[in-house]
Amino acid sequence: MEPVIEARKLSRLFGDLRAVDKLDLRVERGRIYGFLGPNGSGKSTAIRMFTGLLTPSEGTVSVLGLELPRLAEALRTRIGYMTQRFSLFDDLTVAENLKFIARIYSIPGKRVSARIDEQLRTYDLARVTRQLAGTMSGGQKQRLALAAATIHAPELLFLDEPTSAVDPENRREFWEKLFDLSDRGTSILVSTHYMDEAERCHQLAILEAGQKRVDGTPEELMLGMGANVLEVSGPDLRQLKQQLIVHPEILSAAQLGSRLRVLISDRIEAPLPWLAHHLPPDNRDALQTVRPSLEDVFVSCTGARRQ
Amino acid sequence: MKGLSRIGAITSKELRQLKRDRLTFGMVVMIPLIQLLLFGFAINTNIRHIPVGLVDLSKSGFSRILVESIRATQVVDFEYEYSSTAQAERAITRGDVRAVLVLPHDLSKRLSRHPLLAREIGMPTKDDMHRALGQWLVDGSDTMIASAIGRLTNMPVEDGRGILTQAPMNTFEIVYYFNPEQRSVVNILPGLIAIILTMTMILFTSAAIVREKERGNMELLITTPMRSIELMIGKIVPYVAIGLIQLVIVLGLGHLVFNVPIRGNIGDIFLASLLFICASLTLGLIISTIAKSQLQSMQMTVFILLPSILLSGFMFPYEGMPVPAQWIAEALPATHFMRMIRAIVLREARVSEVGGDALWLVGFTLAGLLIASLRFKKRLD
Repeated sequence: MEPVIEARKLSRLFGDLRAVDKLDLRVERGRIYGFLGPNGSGKSTAIRMFTGLLTPSEGTVSVLGLELPRLAEALRTRIGYMTQRFSLFDDLTVAENLKFIARIYSIPGKRVSARIDEQLRTYDLARVTRQLAGTMSGGQKQRLALAAATIHAPELLFLDEPTSAVDPENRREFWEKLFDLSDRGTSILVSTHYMDEAERCHQLAILEAGQKRVDGTPEELMLGMGANVLEVSGPDLRQLKQQLIVHPEILSAAQLGSRLRVLISDRIEAPLPWLAHHLPPDNRDALQTVRPSLEDVFVSCTGARRQ
Repeated sequence: MKGLSRIGAITSKELRQLKRDRLTFGMVVMIPLIQLLLFGFAINTNIRHIPVGLVDLSKSGFSRILVESIRATQVVDFEYEYSSTAQAERAITRGDVRAVLVLPHDLSKRLSRHPLLAREIGMPTKDDMHRALGQWLVDGSDTMIASAIGRLTNMPVEDGRGILTQAPMNTFEIVYYFNPEQRSVVNILPGLIAIILTMTMILFTSAAIVREKERGNMELLITTPMRSIELMIGKIVPYVAIGLIQLVIVLGLGHLVFNVPIRGNIGDIFLASLLFICASLTLGLIISTIAKSQLQSMQMTVFILLPSILLSGFMFPYEGMPVPAQWIAEALPATHFMRMIRAIVLREARVSEVGGDALWLVGFTLAGLLIASLRFKKRLD
């Protein structure tokens, strides 16, 4: 099947800065594809190239079979884009904002109000139709932005850090809406710096300093991360951490409350006895192997290691 | 068809936003209203009641008659009296008075030797013929004040027995068309339409695009199928109506309060104004595609506004400017409109009679729209 996004050696320079560096990417239709990376890792720049807003410095990208940026205008009606910063009009009401967007996307006059009502119901905005967008809460703004970005039922939806300004409950509900959209066949590319969100994606890529470190399904990434995860408890964890991270085989050691989470390179064949050997006697009893998380993947493949 | 509907969407969005922006909405009415009243009353080139001083060294009955008859002209008000010329000069330096009249010790002798009177006494000497009665010391730095006092040079003077001096015989008779009473406001009012429209029209649209950038709406707008030219047209349409409202306020009030005649055809006035409004709005749009912030767009607006006030013929006659300044003036839409609107309102001209200026404004608008649409890229690069 033809991918919805295909990028080859895609780069974008701002002066000397390589915001996106030789990115190869293939996003399949109907998937929720995650971009996980810290701030400044090139997520927004990549999305702006996929939406035709930025011209690539090098490489090629085609979205829905359209080569960009040459065919960007033909792409407009087929994609939806929810910007990182709220970009609807603060001084228009919810209904006015949606009506404006509907008319800009040339939704036929007869269907406009039916479509707006549908969106208002879907995104729980029916009670605030007359409220000015600027006076709404973070969660309401986010739902309005999603309602606007999907009003023309796009095939492909770009979401740039959609949940950075909302509380966990709203985030969970927001993801329910995304799965609904995905079920109805919308392909979605979403960027985030939250691990739990990344874990919900069908597939994801971890970006750092403009480069793709790894990609795959969350399970694949956790299995193939090239490290084993062990947890140690006991006294003096701060001091223990300092002792452990001097070993090159230990990729990272991070304290989680009363436990120390240690990532050991899979070059060590028997990590449990190996680590026990390097621990002071007090800590050896509570040593155990644990299931890797996405955060471990993130830590093992980015510069966040050894902290 | 889709394009028209998108233009409609942008226009109605702009109107809604404008309606909620109370201050801006108020300025639509207040700017022309206040400025018209201010300038209509304040700007006056027929200067009267200039504060002056008097140094009367003769202290004679005639000097009092002379001062009274000068006072009667209303050109000057004698506010201070000084005992010496040196004192008077210091008063001019301080700015207490703009000029001083010095009447000499021998005023009576000069009067008796005056050519018109002397004929009765005997032939005056050649020197006497050239001796004026008194002397005006004038702060000449302001040429308008200086020439107002200069007009007193040949003022007729009466000493109670008959007219002694009178203005020299007229070579020409002058007939003033269109403004027989020579009231400044008659010429200023149509010009004020040009200035107010320049100011508000450029100001509104110069912020139009850059405001969307600053508020973060632009990234949304450029990912939609809307085309640049649709955005540009949609942005200016609401302000065309506002410009016409302002025109009605200025012309209507000017007619009612300042009794400025509206001789031209109303349709012609609206047509000429419409052309100028469109030209000014596109100029604002171009600014808006260049500016990176609303502050920058304000600065550029002022950059256009000042020459529009000073070079367009609003303040000083176009004909009096050096040729390079006239070239600059020709590049400003306000200059062309100034000529048109004065011709139509005051001289009953038809738009066809000032067709060159009308065509220039049409060309400017079309070129401006094209430049603004080309400059506005649906990109973030």
